[in-house]
Amino acid sequence: MKKTMKWTLLTLALGVVLVSAGCHKKSAPAPATPPPPPPAAPRATLTVSPESITSGGSATLSWTSTDATSVTISGIGAVASTGTQTVAPGTSTTYHLTATGPGGSVDATARLTVTAAPMAAPMAPDYTEEQLFAQSVKDIYFDYDKYDLRATDKAIIDADAAFLKAHPSIRFTIEGHCDERGSTDYNLALGDQRANAARSALVNAGIPASQIRVISYGKEKPFCTTSDESCWQQNRRAHFVYGQK
Amino acid sequence: MKRIAVVGALLLAGLLNLTRPAMAQDWIRTGTGVGGEKIRIAVPDFRVVRNDPTATPLDKTFNDVLFSDLEQAGIFDVVTRSFYPMEPVGYPNEAYLDHWSALPVKASMLAFGNLGVSNGAMQVQGWLFDVKSPQAPQVLAKQYRESATEENARAVAHRFANEIIFRLGGGINGIAESKIYYISNRTGHKEVWAMDYDGAGQHAVTHLGSIALSPRVSPDNTKVAFASYARGGPNVAIWSLELGRMLNFPVMGGTTVSPAWSSDGAKLAFSSSRSGDPEIYVCDANGANIKRLTSSHGPDVSPVWNPKTNAQIAWVSGRTGLPQIYTMDSDGSNVQRLTDQGYAVSPSWSPNGQYLAFAWIRHYGAGSPGNSDIYLMDVASHKWIQLTHDGGRNDFPSWSPDGRHIVYQSTRGGQEQIWSMLADGSGQTQLTFSGSNSQPNWSWK
Repeated sequence: MKKTMKWTLLTLALGVVLVSAGCHKKSAPAPATPPPPPPAAPRATLTVSPESITSGGSATLSWTSTDATSVTISGIGAVASTGTQTVAPGTSTTYHLTATGPGGSVDATARLTVTAAPMAAPMAPDYTEEQLFAQSVKDIYFDYDKYDLRATDKAIIDADAAFLKAHPSIRFTIEGHCDERGSTDYNLALGDQRANAARSALVNAGIPASQIRVISYGKEKPFCTTSDESCWQQNRRAHFVYGQK
Repeated sequence: MKRIAVVGALLLAGLLNLTRPAMAQDWIRTGTGVGGEKIRIAVPDFRVVRNDPTATPLDKTFNDVLFSDLEQAGIFDVVTRSFYPMEPVGYPNEAYLDHWSALPVKASMLAFGNLGVSNGAMQVQGWLFDVKSPQAPQVLAKQYRESATEENARAVAHRFANEIIFRLGGGINGIAESKIYYISNRTGHKEVWAMDYDGAGQHAVTHLGSIALSPRVSPDNTKVAFASYARGGPNVAIWSLELGRMLNFPVMGGTTVSPAWSSDGAKLAFSSSRSGDPEIYVCDANGANIKRLTSSHGPDVSPVWNPKTNAQIAWVSGRTGLPQIYTMDSDGSNVQRLTDQGYAVSPSWSPNGQYLAFAWIRHYGAGSPGNSDIYLMDVASHKWIQLTHDGGRNDFPSWSPDGRHIVYQSTRGGQEQIWSMLADGSGQTQLTFSGSNSQPNWSWK
């Protein structure tokens, strides 16, 4: 692909040099006797419409030429001096027209860009409600032995509430979790209070309590199991889960 | 009988006095355990009689279990076997007491006997002799007859050990036949398990495939109350050990955990967030007549009754921040805070009502979280001693019925395992080795 373009440019450059050199040559010697009129140099245009298609689509090549005895287009072959042709390449293609006549030859090119078929992603119509929930509703994290929301969590709760308001049919569960330190039983109570703190914040933000179920897992279902603060922080959370088992 | 009890109480009081200076973290090494002066006892192997080939392995089990029971009782100095006279002792006429009172044995007491098998039946005769009273040495004579199985050899040894301990240990029943209930994940799920007090016979009690937590056996050994996720959120469940199935118990709602039996088996205390905040409640054993005892913001969990009176409840509250141990009357009045700092959880009330064992991270702070260790506090004076010093996280102490032992969980060996010790911190013994095992609860008898 790149190679083709390189060669095309090279050919084009050579053509321009030759043409201009020819001109110079023509104008340089000026004999006194009137010479016969030189044959007119050929002219050509090549366009493609549209210039960009998606894979599987088609475009129309249009070309015109004057003072040419033969016209060829790369990939197509000899064509009439003026015409149109429907093309449907699989990849981006540069069409290269060469018009040759008694007065010389001229090139014209047109590039057709082909983009890949559209992915589902940008369209996002077939996400399940559960996937949207998982993407949109963010968990809340807590300090050690604490169950009150941090000031920075307000924005998260607001965003969570905004999504939940837009999806009033979603029923969901808030799981309260704790890190591995401390007593099993005390952590069950702490997890309960973390989940209920998140629940209260959502209810205050206008989410009906009937949409929400709360369960504490204490330290029974950790998200990670190494004994360091970054892991413990991962485990001190109110985790939002789609549905109510 | 009274002597031992009084000496024991004095001794513990003495230990607690040590906590006044800053040396409180030092090892408590009294050399005498919790029962006063230890009685020096010799336990030669029971002699195999009647020459049935199946008798020898049963005799070995019996001897090992009896020796270990007496060694772990906390009131004996069991003479090492290598000091014993060479002659076997199977009957009273073979017991030459002067051999047993002389150096190096120097025993005060001699437990001996014989074991025979005939026609699939195992017969055991056991005696306890007072070596210092050669004129009338017999303290105890017992005979047992059971089918000849490994399990029965173990059971008979436990029974004979209990007789000796009862007779020489101040009239307090031995713990050789007691059980420990606990949580194990060996099947892939946290289930209720049970084992003998010495770690033998470990087996799953429940097979619910969910999460079971904090098991507590009823005083009559017929039921286990625990927290279960089997019906959705954590709720108190009651397992019948007689029927091998769950009994009806109402779903309380919220997070309902840490059930605890009153010593008459009539009531349960538990923690529930059914009203929004985790509080302490009591109810009848069948879940009826629910009554709320606490009403403070913050977690309130892990209630235990004073087993002597059932008139007080100790529990854990986070009402002021980090969890602390509190007591209150069983109607919710007269709230008192016992611990003054750190992170204090998992109280267990001693059978005589005098002490609370609990887990404490005394010096809790950012950057120096410290270890969770087992402590003992005198409920009346609030004096305390530290019992564990071996690292790891130590939690969930539970008193043995004789008040001489405490079982607990520890991570000192890496994974969470169950350990037992004497109530002065000596005699640390690991009981479980497979999987992760936690939240032990010693049966009431």
